[in-house]
Amino acid sequence: MNTKRIFLRIIAYILVIIGGISFIIPFIWTVSTAFKPDEQIFLFPPKWIPEPPTIKHFKEVFEFIPFGLLYKNTVLLALLNIAGTLFSCPLAAYAFAKLKWPGRDMLFIITLATMMLPPQVTMIPQFLIFRRLGWLNTMLPLWMPSFFGNAFNIFLLRQFFLTLPKELDDAARIDGCSFFDIFWRINLPLIIPAITAVTIFTFMGTWNNFIGPLIYVRSYNAMPLSLGLRMFQEAYSAEWGALMAASLMMILPVIIVFFFLQKYFVQGISLTGLKG
Amino acid sequence: MTKFKRNKEEIITAYIIILPWLLGLSIFIVGPIISSLMFSFMDYSVVLPPKFIGLGNYKRMFLNDPLFWKSLYNTLYMTVIGVPLNILLALSVALLLNQKLKGEALFRTIFYLPSVVPQVAISLLWMWILNPQVGLINYLLSLFGIKGPMWLASEQWAKPAFIIMGLWGIGGNMVIFLAGLQNVPQHLYDAAIVDGANIWQRFRYVTFPMLSPTIFFLLVMGIIGTLQIFTQAYIMTAGGPMDATLFYVYHLFNKAFRDFHMGYASAMAWFLFIIIFIATIINLKLAPKWVYYESE
Repeated sequence: MNTKRIFLRIIAYILVIIGGISFIIPFIWTVSTAFKPDEQIFLFPPKWIPEPPTIKHFKEVFEFIPFGLLYKNTVLLALLNIAGTLFSCPLAAYAFAKLKWPGRDMLFIITLATMMLPPQVTMIPQFLIFRRLGWLNTMLPLWMPSFFGNAFNIFLLRQFFLTLPKELDDAARIDGCSFFDIFWRINLPLIIPAITAVTIFTFMGTWNNFIGPLIYVRSYNAMPLSLGLRMFQEAYSAEWGALMAASLMMILPVIIVFFFLQKYFVQGISLTGLKG
Repeated sequence: MTKFKRNKEEIITAYIIILPWLLGLSIFIVGPIISSLMFSFMDYSVVLPPKFIGLGNYKRMFLNDPLFWKSLYNTLYMTVIGVPLNILLALSVALLLNQKLKGEALFRTIFYLPSVVPQVAISLLWMWILNPQVGLINYLLSLFGIKGPMWLASEQWAKPAFIIMGLWGIGGNMVIFLAGLQNVPQHLYDAAIVDGANIWQRFRYVTFPMLSPTIFFLLVMGIIGTLQIFTQAYIMTAGGPMDATLFYVYHLFNKAFRDFHMGYASAMAWFLFIIIFIATIINLKLAPKWVYYESE
């Protein structure tokens, strides 16, 4: 029995190590390509370690496209989306979870029902609205809606507000707190993990969003990295060194955020996964 | 009297703080839902005013648009093959990592890391990895004496290439499975061991039933997500070769924003909703046969 157990553990280690290597290799391959001199990129069999490593491709990225501008746009968009989400969603979630008002349940049911609809249904009329407003080729369609809330985030935060004991609110009421005070000073601080998760999702969502910029933006002035990288690839499809360098620079902030907030990532994902 | 005052204050506060969402829901969601439904019965090319054509768009979709069927087939292929594979691999990795191996945290990070990479970057990385001449995959295959296919340039291999690429992103599902595994009570395993259950039996009669609600949830979400696959195909293959990776939402996007057939694209969007709805209903109907809910 004991030898069988040891044997099984060895198998488990071998599988995990093989799996881990296959998952990490694409990253290593990308880094390797980004730092390789041109003549080593197309070698077959490939050379893993660039000799000598060069940062030429990273410089090229900034020469071929206005990469700094794209970066600035993306960071700005992420900040605006986070601000908008944190302004609109916790308040709405609190109203649904903790306050009594006529029409609450019906509005909540409508909110839930709209989550079932694929975004493609609303995509075309939204495009026509922003076109009518003259907002095409600006960043406005990419961040302004976040200030008006998002069904998924509101639902998620509501579930967290519901877990908080009602006695706290009642005690605060007796002490003469307004409802907004109760929200701001008592309820909100208790759901910080959920707020962090929503913030992370919003950041990731902005960094990831491709179809939005593709529909709304044409010029570099309003363009985020996702679409910029695509334009770059379209124009320089054979420049693998520069393409990998640009991809790495796009991935880097996300990875850094991930390593600093790893705990919250994992929490957030498990929470949403299990709550839903 | 105070009771009345309290309620009034509560209601006023509620209406003030719900206002942004009330506006957002009306302007960006409910309004567009209504107009999209109307457009689906209209011929609308943006430059000319919309014209009512009854079921014309739907008729054209089913009877006169071979690409509609092609894109539907491609999308269902990805869903039927890709989603179960994804869940199976995520579950396997989670089960392995749950064996209290040394370095578990490190491996969990490694398996999860690809899931934080933006889709555009994933697409570029994998175009390079799948390069038929000097790409990594075909190099690895050549080590075993296998001549790798043309992948993205091959009508036959392009979709499988997307599925393999999708497996790199199992991290999210894996984390959810790991959380689910934490919730399986140890005493169930202890009891199973006392009864002489082997590894497979422990999985089949303890782990699987306890995880089945999680599997069910991931299956439903995976299907909904895969039915909307777009970015990868747009960047990596432009829908080719020979429309082998023209997925449903890609076709919809082309109709709406390349051809400006807004009415037709709206009809396609509503049909996508119906597909998602039916798929979810089927899942819910099948669920009682294999999903186990505690405390019921």
